[in-house]
Amino acid sequence: MKTLKELNEIRAKTLDSVNLRKQRIGTRVVVGMATCGIAAGARPVLMAFVDEVARRALRDVMVTQTGCIGVCRLEPLVEVYRPGEDKVTYVNVKPEQVARIVSEHIVNGNPVDEWTIGAADKE
Amino acid sequence: MREISLHVLDLANNALEAGATHLNVTVDVQHGSDTVSVSITDNGCGMDDESALRAQDPFVTSRTTRKVGLGIPLFKAGCLGCGGTFRLESEPGWGTSVMGSWKLSHIDRPPLGDMAATALLLILDPRIDLEFRASIDEKMFALRTADLREELGETPLHDPEVVGWIASYIRESLEALFGGEAL
Repeated sequence: MKTLKELNEIRAKTLDSVNLRKQRIGTRVVVGMATCGIAAGARPVLMAFVDEVARRALRDVMVTQTGCIGVCRLEPLVEVYRPGEDKVTYVNVKPEQVARIVSEHIVNGNPVDEWTIGAADKE
Repeated sequence: MREISLHVLDLANNALEAGATHLNVTVDVQHGSDTVSVSITDNGCGMDDESALRAQDPFVTSRTTRKVGLGIPLFKAGCLGCGGTFRLESEPGWGTSVMGSWKLSHIDRPPLGDMAATALLLILDPRIDLEFRASIDEKMFALRTADLREELGETPLHDPEVVGWIASYIRESLEALFGGEAL
């Protein structure tokens, strides 16, 4: 059985990288988690982002939840904010799409255009 | 909502919208009284009596002031439809408490669902400190954001390694608590 004391060991291990990270502005991933988002399946999407970011040890990426983003019919909605770039909004996101968004967009800086709100509006 | 844990996450998001910084979540299963109950208590802006009543009515809630929405009416109808209870207490300036229960053996009762995911996501939310308690009969598991922060010091909660650890800590603890029983 795990105990909270183990967190103290992680703390000692990560101390150096914490200091390095302080100056860096990171990417923010925001998932809409109002009633509309949750009912449409936003929680598994948010969990997939949390898992993928942890798995890849992306220390400067922050995954957060927010309320209703405003286009409930396109939920689950995910907004990606990269420093110095325009916000990109992904629509109808499914957990299986998360790995590609993380690798192509968050890590390599190329938004997955066909899944964005711009592509959805053209349909 | 297909799971009780999704209702909890939804009601917690109402608390966040209300500017809460502290959130108390309890989940309790009692075989003796044949009940599942949850409570979500926040220190957000609270509601006056009129708003508290309006929050329970799916047809009156105004979309533009969207502080609540359909979440509370869905939750209330689900509880009352499964032989349970619902209570909402709120005080402007102090916060809101939403409590609901279901008859454990009711055929329409939603499953608890992935409570570990709900707890993890609320722990990781930088806007709030969570106090989470899950219990079944005489057994209990409790977790507080404040305790995690104390162990972590300057290491942030959203550090990838920390997230991975907390995720499996919550999952293992809840599995041990509920002992593999399908709830």
